Amino acid sequence: MSFYEIYKQYKEFDYDGFFASLSDSAIHTALNKPKKSEMDLLALLSPKAGQDHLEAMAQKSNELTIRNFGKTILMFTPLYLANYCENACIYCGFNRTNHISRSRLTMEEVEREGAAIQAMGVRHIIILTGESRAVTPPSYIADCARILRKYVSSICIEVYSLTQEEYEMLYEAGVDSFTMFQETYNEDIYPILHPSGPKHDYRTRLDSPEKACIAQYRSVNIGALLGLDEWRREVFYTALHAKYLTDRYPGTDIAVSLPRIRPCAGEGTFHPKCEVDDRAIVQAMTALRLFLPRLGITVSTRETPEFRDHLIGLGVTKMSAGSVTEVGGHAESPKTEGQFEISDPRSVPEMAEAIHRHGYQCVYKDWDEI
Amino acid sequence: MKQEDTLIIGGREFQSRLFVGTGKFSDDALIPDMIARSGAQVVTAAVRRMDFDAPQRSVLHYIPKTVTLMPNTSGARTAEEALRIARLARAAGCGNFIKIEVISDNTYLLPDNEETARAARLLSEDGFIPLCYMLPDLYAARRMRDAGAAAIMPLGAPIGTNRGLRTKEMVQILIDEIDLPVVVDAGIGKPSEAAEAMEMGAAAVLVNTAIASANDPICMAEAFAKAVEAGRTAYLAGLGSVGDGKASASSPLTGFLH
Repeated sequence: MSFYEIYKQYKEFDYDGFFASLSDSAIHTALNKPKKSEMDLLALLSPKAGQDHLEAMAQKSNELTIRNFGKTILMFTPLYLANYCENACIYCGFNRTNHISRSRLTMEEVEREGAAIQAMGVRHIIILTGESRAVTPPSYIADCARILRKYVSSICIEVYSLTQEEYEMLYEAGVDSFTMFQETYNEDIYPILHPSGPKHDYRTRLDSPEKACIAQYRSVNIGALLGLDEWRREVFYTALHAKYLTDRYPGTDIAVSLPRIRPCAGEGTFHPKCEVDDRAIVQAMTALRLFLPRLGITVSTRETPEFRDHLIGLGVTKMSAGSVTEVGGHAESPKTEGQFEISDPRSVPEMAEAIHRHGYQCVYKDWDEI
Repeated sequence: MKQEDTLIIGGREFQSRLFVGTGKFSDDALIPDMIARSGAQVVTAAVRRMDFDAPQRSVLHYIPKTVTLMPNTSGARTAEEALRIARLARAAGCGNFIKIEVISDNTYLLPDNEETARAARLLSEDGFIPLCYMLPDLYAARRMRDAGAAAIMPLGAPIGTNRGLRTKEMVQILIDEIDLPVVVDAGIGKPSEAAEAMEMGAAAVLVNTAIASANDPICMAEAFAKAVEAGRTAYLAGLGSVGDGKASASSPLTGFLH
């Protein structure tokens, strides 16, 4: 069994017909059901729900989030280990055809970055690389994790697809969480957006989160890069994927991100196919919360400070701060261009203060390596 | 009467029968006042939230030294993980009074009784005083008792739901049958439900979400303190029997025997 089989069941679904057939009372019914079906979720993602029922969705999402997570937001920060990449994803600054400077942190630099992040007070980090088995093989990532675990209490990887054994090896090295975005669930446009390199293979990427669950990772975070295809479907598939993993791996915390595509380095600018406005993000977030009340929801610094602040209370449970998307950058000046432009440049204390102003607590540590 | 009404768990004596949790607050700075107004003498905190490298910012910083800290093993999926978390807490100076939480279903957060009973044995053999968060089940409670549990902590409803004493009948059986303190943990949403648990003969109740998610957590802590005290006093006073709503028969059926 793979999530792919569930994706295929809905691939040819008549979404527009379903949306057109929805009445207000159908949305109202979906909104008030204690346990929501896939079709209830789709009703909540409909244009009509977004237009006429968003406030009611937000109120319920707020209530469910506080009951399940309290008035808290978990803080994390990213650390880019390297930006060498063999892929040619047409929307990404690390695209191998982009003439940007490439770099990889040495173990001494990783040590300094770890110490700098620890001094910031952050205990949850996400480590990232481009896809290069030659320059940043799994053994390199494991070496970095072994150093970083001295400085932080939770390490999440956001790297290329690995084998089952490699995920298990990294778990042994101290990695406890996993993030990977499918980018788009639309298997027809996926190969066009990822024209070459190992990432070209849709199925390998789709099945990677499940491998992390099998390897006993604590937290598995998935998502679609919103803007590559019609967002309502992408969020629907993301939610189905999250439910698939939640049902099969009840001991793993499943989380979802709602990243919107951002401008990046490179020749010519990629123009997203579909518009994803703020209202869409709010509808997506609240629909996800209503469908899966205990789902972790992550919002990164891709979003602006103003918008991120407004999202507190609407369903988000994890936020990043002190972000740099260049290699290194916490201990010393960044060595390269970034993967994409961040929108929220606030430091960790500034972000914590903003969270506090909204009546929420910024949680720095919620895990220990045991 | 009240002076003699001491709760004893693992050799420690407590006058308050309200235990409080420290998760989900909008600001940890609320915790000292919340504890003071609740009168609680036992306070639980998740070891995974304790930051021993940054004590000023750790939840521990807000828990007064005058109360008994009961670290919990939240995040443990197996008995062995619970033991490792308990040892981490002890090594950091948090004592040996541990609430065992072993959960491997993140949708409902229901405790795994089998692993919890195993954890109780591992922890008690390692010198801890384990209190077991559990699904109210008589057989499991006996196993935990036999494994060295100092108290059992059955849930009233799934954690964080504020749905009240949904497991009332099963909890009553544990109170009646298990010769250990029974602390009702999880699910209690209102002070009246805490009072109800105490009237049933529970040794104590543990409340977290209902206080943390109240508009005024400090005031709610006091409301729970009063409710627990009222429920306990009622239990000790002996509740009158409850009628069935019918008047007594005016012509007794056995009157002819006299």
